[in-house]
Amino acid sequence: MTATIEKPVVTQDKPSLKHRLAERGVDRTLLLVLPGLLFVILLFVYPVLYGLQLSFQPKEGGGLLANYTKFFSDPYLFDTIWITLRLAVPAALINVLASIPIAYRMRGRVRGKRLLTTLFVLPITLGTVLTAEGLIRYLDPTGWFNKVLALFGADEPARLVHNYTGVLLSLIISGFPFAFLLTLSYLSGIDPTLEQAAATLGADWRKRFRHITLPLLAPGLAITFCLTFVLAFSVFPSAYLVGLPQGETRVMSIAAYESAFRDFDFPLGSAIAMLMALVMLVVIGLVLVWRSTLYRGSTGGKG
Amino acid sequence: MTFAELHIDRVRRAFGDTVALRDLDLTIKGGEFVALLGPSGCGKSTALNCLAGLLPLTGGQILMDGKRIDTLPPERRGFGMVFQNYALFPHMSVRRNVAFGLSMRKVARADRERRVDEALRLVQLTDHAKKFPAQLSGGQQQRVAIARAIVLEPALVLMDEPLSNLDASLRIEMRTEIRRLHQSLGLTTVYVTHDQEEALALADRLVVLRDGLVQQIGSPEEVYAHPANRYVAGFMGYRNLLSVRVSSSDDGSATVTGEGFTLAGVNRDGLSEGEAVAAFRPTDVTVAAEEGDNTVRASVEVVEYHGREQAVEARLPSGEALHVRTESRLAPGDDVLFRVPRERVLVFAP
Repeated sequence: MTATIEKPVVTQDKPSLKHRLAERGVDRTLLLVLPGLLFVILLFVYPVLYGLQLSFQPKEGGGLLANYTKFFSDPYLFDTIWITLRLAVPAALINVLASIPIAYRMRGRVRGKRLLTTLFVLPITLGTVLTAEGLIRYLDPTGWFNKVLALFGADEPARLVHNYTGVLLSLIISGFPFAFLLTLSYLSGIDPTLEQAAATLGADWRKRFRHITLPLLAPGLAITFCLTFVLAFSVFPSAYLVGLPQGETRVMSIAAYESAFRDFDFPLGSAIAMLMALVMLVVIGLVLVWRSTLYRGSTGGKG
Repeated sequence: MTFAELHIDRVRRAFGDTVALRDLDLTIKGGEFVALLGPSGCGKSTALNCLAGLLPLTGGQILMDGKRIDTLPPERRGFGMVFQNYALFPHMSVRRNVAFGLSMRKVARADRERRVDEALRLVQLTDHAKKFPAQLSGGQQQRVAIARAIVLEPALVLMDEPLSNLDASLRIEMRTEIRRLHQSLGLTTVYVTHDQEEALALADRLVVLRDGLVQQIGSPEEVYAHPANRYVAGFMGYRNLLSVRVSSSDDGSATVTGEGFTLAGVNRDGLSEGEAVAAFRPTDVTVAAEEGDNTVRASVEVVEYHGREQAVEARLPSGEALHVRTESRLAPGDDVLFRVPRERVLVFAP
């Protein structure tokens, strides 16, 4: 009896092309990315690039950078940066800081959690115009709030709308739901036994929050800050409706809008829009640099 | 800080309408290693969390040398706890994890460093002090959790299934490690587990729980050899729990009959008639040469190879399974006559 071991017939030296492509993540499921990609290119990348090149073609000539020189030399335009930052940074900070204690109390199983979360998140659905209208009715010198103040003997009505305060309040109302939802999900991702462990090691609730929860939450708070900051920085309707659009709440988006659609200087409007993006990127960049110094690994929960 | 006696007095814990722990009475002496044993949902972890202060009591009290401690928050009880998932602080190095409790208690720096070094040396992690928990293996994380709990020299160490997340060989290694630490430090320990082997190996005293009720408290020998009821017997390796009827009995022994067999055994519950359960271990069953006293006929269904022994599952005429561990070589389909010595059969109330 003889047994011969036949060598397998080698038809190919390499695996098939299809197989090799799949190894590198190229297969038919890649087609799923296509619609989204097309959407982004047509509706985001192209308009941004178009605006960018437009901003370098000033309406009245004067070289490539004329629009930018104009922005930085005209205080009426340049000051909008500080006006916008003065609104957006406090609004984002207040939203993040206010959402921490509420989310802290609401994580895990809490009676009525769904109802409360709905209430907190409801303002998202209202839209800025409705919010603004409500604010005006409520906080106007003749509104309920001031009527109640007058009952308690206030001499003059508090000025809370058509100024800085009005816009800040509007930004908090519309930005808080996002901050709250994000903070809640970051907090739910932190393993609750970590705090229990800290408690058995002698940490009271302040120390537990300071040494365990806050450090683990901080990277999430940074992201939350960035998102609510971006929302607040591009404020437009409420700056008009409950602010003082020609004065203390003349934000960058108003300046851009006026240049483009009142003075029909589209290139200057584009330049202002580009600078808006730049300022936002700088702030977000700073926050992300700070974030990169924090612990960002697993927080042990199932969030 | 240590104590002479920790008295758990009728401690009760309910979640809504479900009572997780009913009137637990237990006195723990200083230096003792007590294991709370039972399947999941028996109330053992609830008991531990009540001791730690992580769950408020629904009723009863906990006294340490006569002083009530159940009203204190966990941070003021001074107990160390090792969690099932270790609960290491992921943003702190091993060293800072272990030092955490000492910093919270404001121990002076020099003293703190010395004690952390000592604790790390005890759990053999000196070389890993600068690493973060995510860089460690499961067994190493476990040792950090233990070091973090014992560095405070707590009056009581609470361990909640600390070995259940480790693989089998590491589990046995760490078990020895925990026993060694207890022997060298003498820290009073309450250890929660569902693994009876672990409990028997580690504890000075076992508390077997079921549905929130204590079934038996005793030394490993007592619980292993003299289980208090059919439930504890089942948990202690009496895998064969056959439904039978008592046919006759005297002081110490009882004769019981099932479908097609008659067994004589130890009458543990003083039964004289009616339904009963005959309990015996698979290792106590042997293959019999011929019909006689305490023999049972069954047909072999499943045979597992365990080296020198085989684990056999055979089917009795009643349909009940008979578990046997034997050195005899059996094959599925064999009709076999088994014998159980009468002193190894325990007859319990059903």
